Amino acid sequence: MNRKILASPYIVWALGFIILPLLMIVYYGLTDGSGTFTLENVLAIADSVHYKAFGNSLLLALGSTVICLVIAYPLAYVLSQHEGKISNTIIMLFILPMWINFLLRVLAMQMLLSNTGIVNALLGFFGLPQQHIMYTKGAILIGMVYDYLPFMILPIYNVMSKIDKDVIEAAHDLGATVFVTFKKIIIPLSLPGVISGVTMVFIPSMSEFVVADILGGSKILLLGNVIEQEFNLSNNWNLGSGLSLVLMIFILISMAVMNRSNAEEGDTMLW
Amino acid sequence: MVKAKKYAGRLYVGLIGFLLYSPLLILIVCSFNDSKIRTVWGGFTLHWYTDLFQNEEVLLAVRTSLILTTSAALIATVIGTLACIAMSAMGKKMKGVMQSVANIPLLNSEMVTGIAIMLLFVHFMTLGFTSMLIAHVTIGLPYVILNVMPKLQQVDKNLYEAALDLGASHVYAFVKVILPEIMPGILAGFFFAFTISMDDFVVTYFTKGAGINTISTMIYQQLRRGINPEMYALSTILLFTILILLAIINRLSATKEKKEVQY
Repeated sequence: MNRKILASPYIVWALGFIILPLLMIVYYGLTDGSGTFTLENVLAIADSVHYKAFGNSLLLALGSTVICLVIAYPLAYVLSQHEGKISNTIIMLFILPMWINFLLRVLAMQMLLSNTGIVNALLGFFGLPQQHIMYTKGAILIGMVYDYLPFMILPIYNVMSKIDKDVIEAAHDLGATVFVTFKKIIIPLSLPGVISGVTMVFIPSMSEFVVADILGGSKILLLGNVIEQEFNLSNNWNLGSGLSLVLMIFILISMAVMNRSNAEEGDTMLW
Repeated sequence: MVKAKKYAGRLYVGLIGFLLYSPLLILIVCSFNDSKIRTVWGGFTLHWYTDLFQNEEVLLAVRTSLILTTSAALIATVIGTLACIAMSAMGKKMKGVMQSVANIPLLNSEMVTGIAIMLLFVHFMTLGFTSMLIAHVTIGLPYVILNVMPKLQQVDKNLYEAALDLGASHVYAFVKVILPEIMPGILAGFFFAFTISMDDFVVTYFTKGAGINTISTMIYQQLRRGINPEMYALSTILLFTILILLAIINRLSATKEKKEVQY
């Protein structure tokens, strides 16, 4: 019996539902309504509305990625310093939100941030001025960070907890200061985890439309919102596909650049 | 100095933990609040829960989600596991190609995956349960492969060959030798595919037909319509279901490890 035959259901599936759909996007993106070849849908990214939405997406995606990294890195470091049963439970607690329905987390954020929400109620209680957080870029940013933070913590923690404690001790024995050890050992060795984390936060934030829809209202358009509207409101599938192509290629290039910079350091570990 | 650093670390962990969980705790508290206004405590009530169980729309969405998620995870687990077994018999090059293809849905944004599948389906069928099912299997597959493949690589090939030498058929040797070894990977793959599918909104949103809702798409519709405390009740139930499920999985894997030590 040839074991390779067992792959046939998967190969059929992959061709039919992974490769073929992508070709459909390429086809729609590169043709107009009548099926003739055009680059218009892809170049439409240069239109002021689309360009602005792309800029918003990029800004918020970079912002949320950086904030998540800044919060998660020290957290993962502290967590990796402890071992034992209790610390396992604590780590579980930080990963747990990953399993909680995404929409539910957005709902919780909406409840906190809206004008009659908890944050404003607390501010009022302390006699502080009310804030209009909802429907601003800040609200979207807070929502994204809240949603994606666990995806940054997990990979960085995984890598940091595997760093050999003897290496760190050796560095100390050889006279390295805490700062030098951190810079020369912990940062380089945790880099693959950082790359995975950045990937897992940047890709979904770049194509985000739900958080922007709920927390940003209709005032702030992200690239994800524009694409979604082309499909569900304007019914211009060619334009929607063209913009999706731009998004896809942009994400692929950013990933390639990031992996290139990591490859020079050693193994690549994207996931 | 060292002690101060330790406390600073603990304080930081506590603070981030608080920020992560306080919104969810407020959600739970609000589900028992007898007032439509979130910031006013109107007394303890269970009537959002009783309303919830009488809401046909909600019950239907829960049912759809459960059937969709379970069948998608099962199909993905079978196809993915078979693919892994085949891949372990392949040459390096062929295996590399297969694995790269398997990673495409992981690396693509969910939105592109959803749109791509939708564009394909509208040509062949009306969007509905089947298109959602196929989409959910597709996003679950990479996770099955990611979980099964490493286990399969750890299996000692000699044991399998020994079984063959002792007269076992290929299928018998597989079921008795390989399958028990890779079972934890298969189970993990199933649970991953299940949760990914349960959690998914974006792919479902683009591939679902009119009038059919999963829990995620229903919450989305409600969120756009405005606040409805019934959603807090549903969220609380979902939260506790996840907690219980995770506790069971944890317990299962813990007893498994103990057994292995005993052998």
